[in-house]
Amino acid sequence: MTERNIALCLAAILAVLPFGVTNQYVLFTLTSAGILVIAAMSLNLLLGYAGQLSLGHVAFFGIGAYVSALFSLGFEFHYGAEEPIVVPALPVWIAFVLGICFAGVFGWIIGKLAFRVRGAFFVILTIGFAQVSRMVALNWVSLTNGPMALTNIPPLSFWLPGHGIVPIQGRMESYYVVLILGIIAYWILDRIVHSRVGRALVALRENEPLARSVGIRVTRYLVLATAISAAMAGGAGAMYAHYVRVIDPDVFMFIYTVTMVIMVMTGGKGTLLGPVVGGLIFGLLPELLRQLVRPELQLIIYGVAMILIVFFLPRGIVPALLKRPSSASNESKSARMNSEANT
Amino acid sequence: MDQLLQHVLNAVVLGGTYALLGIGLTLIFGVMKVANFTHGELYTFGAYMAYLLIGPLGLNFFLGLLIAVLLGVLLGAVIEYVLLRPLQGAHMDTVMLVMIGAWIALQNLELLTWGGVAKSVPQPFPTEPLVIGSVSVAPLRIFVLLAALVLLAVFYLILNRTKFGIAIRATFQDPDVSSLMGVKINQMFTLTFAIGSGLAAAAGALLAPVFVVIPIMGDLVTLKAFAVVILGGLGNIVGATIGGFILALAEEFGAGYIDSGYRDAIGFILIILVLLLKPQGLFAPRERTG
Repeated sequence: MTERNIALCLAAILAVLPFGVTNQYVLFTLTSAGILVIAAMSLNLLLGYAGQLSLGHVAFFGIGAYVSALFSLGFEFHYGAEEPIVVPALPVWIAFVLGICFAGVFGWIIGKLAFRVRGAFFVILTIGFAQVSRMVALNWVSLTNGPMALTNIPPLSFWLPGHGIVPIQGRMESYYVVLILGIIAYWILDRIVHSRVGRALVALRENEPLARSVGIRVTRYLVLATAISAAMAGGAGAMYAHYVRVIDPDVFMFIYTVTMVIMVMTGGKGTLLGPVVGGLIFGLLPELLRQLVRPELQLIIYGVAMILIVFFLPRGIVPALLKRPSSASNESKSARMNSEANT
Repeated sequence: MDQLLQHVLNAVVLGGTYALLGIGLTLIFGVMKVANFTHGELYTFGAYMAYLLIGPLGLNFFLGLLIAVLLGVLLGAVIEYVLLRPLQGAHMDTVMLVMIGAWIALQNLELLTWGGVAKSVPQPFPTEPLVIGSVSVAPLRIFVLLAALVLLAVFYLILNRTKFGIAIRATFQDPDVSSLMGVKINQMFTLTFAIGSGLAAAAGALLAPVFVVIPIMGDLVTLKAFAVVILGGLGNIVGATIGGFILALAEEFGAGYIDSGYRDAIGFILIILVLLLKPQGLFAPRERTG
């Protein structure tokens, strides 16, 4: 079975699931997990395909959430002694699109700045960006309401023919919106990965000097990938804001980036299905663990899981399942050669 | 002017511990090429050990600090032996992911063990601040600064005057060649990680009585240590020492004259600026930039 067929099956199962499962709590958990899956999918474009470990990805998620929430609520922009700029509340779907755009623009800027460096430098720079974002959200009280949080964020609404503008409020409706957004995100990534851009990214992940030497404009593709990835994470963040309907600076917490990284790694970085599988596992696992263990213990399990995955399942679940045994041995041989070449 | 002097004094006290943190991290990076994300957890570990030994166990203050540092050295050696040794030769990103996993696990282990409530460490010094001219400073802070400076000096002596220091510096420059010259590389790696961790634990133990001890304090410390290291240039020990004081000065002045809410953001803004303008660090020697 190819990856695309599995994805179609999975989408079909998820689409009919609400008819069998009527428990509201289960639907809520699946919807939250779905939002995280979209974020993890966006991270996978950078981590899995471009091979860049961005540990500030939650910043784009948070920016999407805050921008969309602010535009849908309306806000005042204070910039000194003069009269503040008053932005009226916009329709929610416009705010949602603006959230995606802002996150994408930030992704582009950060890409432009960050891809002058690689490796540990890049990781630190992205962590730094997420921390600064969090502090801005915390301290710019006149705009973000600081630690008091933005509340009463309106739910997402769409225009439907014959019905006018319909707000998405019920559990079931939200579930389907997230599912549709997830499928769109998957489709976009599928298109990108199997295009010239995707091949260029993989080429530079495998061997940057070689990619450069055959004329691939490395920085340009990396910046493009970051902008797309950031926009997608921003969309997930905006969805989160209108779904949970309250956000505070804690959306920028480092642990969310780590969760996304674990999702991508567990599922299999560099495969389209990987973040979906990993995202569903680590999106649902906390809910299952919640009844059993304390949150600290749950995070310890996360950390240990991350170490164990690197040691014992370095390529993730999906590649391990997809590969037939005969080709798997070839794969591991070439992977070993790669890792030797890298050192 | 008085305010200025007071800020400088505060910054120098803080800078000493930042320098300890930065040196530990930069040493580990230089010798082992490992971005050590557990550094802040070693700092936290040192602080909690100081609390445990001096507080509930009632040990002598100075003895408690010493044992806390030694325990940090021990924990560092264990981490190196269990997690890093099997990964020798693995890709840097792989090692980084393992260290991040260890960071999360250690931090929450601390949270589980000690709870989220802040602990304070008792100290034997008079609480009355010393007033020198127009500035005042608590005696404890003077002790922290002196202890940090002594540790820095000892570290430099070991690195520059002993056979062990030569071996470390050789490994730093080229592990393969120094291994041919009879340096036991595996031993060097364990010792380097243990010493680096010990320096982080020392910073934590020294600052524990000054501030309070909470499990999440390691997060910012890891990132600040990286800021110090990047300021000085990755793997540059003198650079990290100066970088520690620069970061402390920048934070102190930023908090004092701009906005105290952004105090912890200043390190990151510095990192971003340095990486953009002078990625090899402020004090990189002209020739060796690799």
